[in-house]
Amino acid sequence: MPCSKKIVQWMHDYLDGDIQKEEEQQLRSHIQQCEACREHFYALKKTVAFVENVSHFTPSDDFIKKVMYNLPREKRRVRWKRWLTHHPFLTAASLFLLLSTSSLWAVWQEDNEFSFSKQEHLIVQNHTVIVPEGKVVEGDIVVRNGDIKIEGEVHGNVTVINGHKYLASAGEVTGQIEEVNEVFDWIWYNVKRVGYNIAKTLTK
Amino acid sequence: MDMFIRQRIKAVKKGDQNAFADIVEMYKDKIYQLCYRMLGNRHEAEDAAQEAFIRAYVNIHTYDPNMKFSSWLYRIATNLSIDRMRKKKPDVYLDAEVSGTDGLTMYSQLAGEGTSPEDALESLELQQMVQEAILKLPEKYRAVIVLKYIDELSLQEISDILNLPIGTVKTRIHRGREALRKHLEHL
Repeated sequence: MPCSKKIVQWMHDYLDGDIQKEEEQQLRSHIQQCEACREHFYALKKTVAFVENVSHFTPSDDFIKKVMYNLPREKRRVRWKRWLTHHPFLTAASLFLLLSTSSLWAVWQEDNEFSFSKQEHLIVQNHTVIVPEGKVVEGDIVVRNGDIKIEGEVHGNVTVINGHKYLASAGEVTGQIEEVNEVFDWIWYNVKRVGYNIAKTLTK
Repeated sequence: MDMFIRQRIKAVKKGDQNAFADIVEMYKDKIYQLCYRMLGNRHEAEDAAQEAFIRAYVNIHTYDPNMKFSSWLYRIATNLSIDRMRKKKPDVYLDAEVSGTDGLTMYSQLAGEGTSPEDALESLELQQMVQEAILKLPEKYRAVIVLKYIDELSLQEISDILNLPIGTVKTRIHRGREALRKHLEHL
């Protein structure tokens, strides 16, 4: 048995790395003289060495996976954000598409006044453009927010936006004739027009 | 390192689970080790360590940045292990043996580097005895001893983790050490 409580206390303080210099000196000199305390101190040090050197195990390889699998589902917003940062090109592309679609949509919404391309021989009656019988119109006709009645001939394309076309039996259109009544048709029509214009400038 | 953890915690608070995976990666060994020393059984330790991380994730908003993050994790894992120890029926020694057998396979894998099989076996027996001695400690001594020797934590950190005054931590370490000495003296 060690000599006194005080000495044992110092031993533990020493092992905790929490001892004053003076006390450490006293402890050392006491241990050199006293066999019982020496043995006790040695036994404590051995114990610490055993505990410190106990081998370390590691958790299973799929530890992280198991933890992650058992977490409550994360917020949608975060998943969405991560997806966006991981796919910058798709993000940019979809943003572009969204903006261009919405601007076209706005134009479509705004643009509801009756108008038509000025060509010779055309007659207008109550938002209806008439190509009179026996007359020939040279060029394309675009009618917005109105109808077209073709009794004569058109040497070109006819497009009706937000309206109807009436082709009389005697009427004739040499180019394409098209009705655009839905916003998607309208977008498609715009896309085609842009493409056509690009192709035209390229061939020039 | 600290910066990295802080930034990961921020992301986790926003609900980013990938950031949490990084945190688990960093601390899983230490937390597992802690649970294993407390519970003395690999299977149960794995279970407790996983639960500790899940609790940390769920309660991340209660984490106070003034505290070391590792201390906070240790606190969760320690409390959880103590809870499990209390619920456990007194079949500790049976479990400890099972864990020893587990250890045999682990150790024989590690022992390849130069140690003879006899040495390995002897050291394995020793390991088992040390672990059993730890398991024999009452929970309040066990927690401080395990924390002290698992990661060489300072008295201050242990006092933070267990929310105890430093004086109490010291006393418990001293008593725990004396108890261990009695169990291991014959070696």
